[in-house]
Amino acid sequence: MKSTKSLYSYGFLLPAGIIFFIFFLLPTIVSFFFSMTRWTLTDWEFIGLDNFIMFFKESSLNIGFRNTFIYAVMTSGTKVVLGLLLAVLLTSGIRSKDFLRSVVFFPTLISTIAVGITFSYLMHPSRGLINTALAALGIQGPNWLGDPALAIYSVGLVDIWKGVGFATVIYIAGMMSIPADYYEAVDIDGGNAFRKFWHITLPLIRPAMNSVIILSFIGGLRTFDLVWTMTKGGPGFSSDLIASIIYKQYQGGFYGLSTAGNVILFVIVAVLAFPLYRFLTKREVDL
Amino acid sequence: MRKSGKIIAELFAILLTVILFIIPFYFILINSFKNSREASKMNLQWPNVFQILDNYREVIQAQDYMLIRAFFNSAFITVVSIVILVFVCAMAGFILQRRKSKPLTIVHFLFLAGLMIPPAVVPTIWVLNGIGMFKTMAGLILIEVAINIPFAIILYSGFVATIPREIDEAALVDGAGSLNFFFRMILPLLKPVTSTIIVLTSVNVFNDFVNPLYFLPGAENATAQLTLYNFMSLYNTSYNLLFADVVLLTIPPLLLFLIFNKRIVAGMTAGAVKG
Repeated sequence: MKSTKSLYSYGFLLPAGIIFFIFFLLPTIVSFFFSMTRWTLTDWEFIGLDNFIMFFKESSLNIGFRNTFIYAVMTSGTKVVLGLLLAVLLTSGIRSKDFLRSVVFFPTLISTIAVGITFSYLMHPSRGLINTALAALGIQGPNWLGDPALAIYSVGLVDIWKGVGFATVIYIAGMMSIPADYYEAVDIDGGNAFRKFWHITLPLIRPAMNSVIILSFIGGLRTFDLVWTMTKGGPGFSSDLIASIIYKQYQGGFYGLSTAGNVILFVIVAVLAFPLYRFLTKREVDL
Repeated sequence: MRKSGKIIAELFAILLTVILFIIPFYFILINSFKNSREASKMNLQWPNVFQILDNYREVIQAQDYMLIRAFFNSAFITVVSIVILVFVCAMAGFILQRRKSKPLTIVHFLFLAGLMIPPAVVPTIWVLNGIGMFKTMAGLILIEVAINIPFAIILYSGFVATIPREIDEAALVDGAGSLNFFFRMILPLLKPVTSTIIVLTSVNVFNDFVNPLYFLPGAENATAQLTLYNFMSLYNTSYNLLFADVVLLTIPPLLLFLIFNKRIVAGMTAGAVKG
């Protein structure tokens, strides 16, 4: 008898494989070469590691490392914790949970540009709604986006606002998959709500938590559009991320330097995110 | 006593959510109804003069109906890239799940790596230039397909695992060819995951700003998000018009959300938790 393998034609891989190779893998592969050149798209001159050295030496460029790291840790860390708290609240049997879930989740679906525009007005130092509200409470609000020491954190807050609903939904899905009898066992032992959370929920939502950590951390490392809409990396270079520096160097016609930025981002993801993923998934508890 | 505490906590949660999540939307909507002098105060007050039709008409007619063309372009890019994405990923996901071999593990790994690796920008322009696709809709469409391939393949191969192999064996007895078998038998069974992918990817592609910015610059082919970005400097003194544009651009995802709320949530979690 013929094997079902005849139905599984390798040719089926070709359309996806070809598109993925030409438009994603190939650019990634050649980026390693062009990051070591002075490049005009039609012509290149090999200059070794000069672009990378420039990236580390120039203060307008290396500020991107610090900011990208701060931004990724701040946004992913907050989403991991806040998302979990929201998920606990929204599965606790309160009556408005469907409404609250939708409201918290909706910002995930609107465009980053629209969110960026909205919040750059809400964060206006004198007339913005946020500072007006703070003033009503007697607090002098800061210049959210205009203060170089603060701008990157302000953008991070907006990122959290937009993305926390996604984290919450992943957590909720993780909690729904925990069998109810696990909790009943704690009830029989006379445990309280905190024990249920600590000994059942927390260990068993590890896969969901790992997804939230990884996805939001990588998302943070790669962020470009929100920062670009809200501050364009300013004031000065104070809120530049690696991704916005890549764009600025591209605009300036420094294609080799821009590509070096891409390679650096690639290496950072490979060095930080990949081991983090391996470490986290090793410690998951099976249901 | 405990019960009233719970109610107070719930009211507090609702209040906080309303302040944090609903006021920003109300702010945009109400200010898009004002004239530019009132909107420049950036407050939540009820408009003294409603200027709804004028505002929206002006935004739509601006720069020779740029917004209409941009919406059309975005819709076109979204629909075509999703059609391509669904077909190529359903086929690939099916094979990746059914066949197991060393080389395939590597192929699978490369697809998954696409979820993590940031795309290389200028080298992509170089590739597009080389094949004559830079600044073309076709080029952008294929980029959108390529970057969404990893997620779609994960969802498809995960779902194929739930389809019993007996179906394959029965088809073999009937003497079906592989193409015929896939399109007649398997593809229809993939419908639930296909609809998830359609909803999620259409939001991604429609809202995408970065890729059009790099790969489809120039006013004539502007996408909806690029138009909004350009209006930011065009309307930097008429917030009412800028906010009207924001409202218009939020309508497509809002409609999608109202229709597919449950499906979106289910799909996102399926993909995320497995991935």
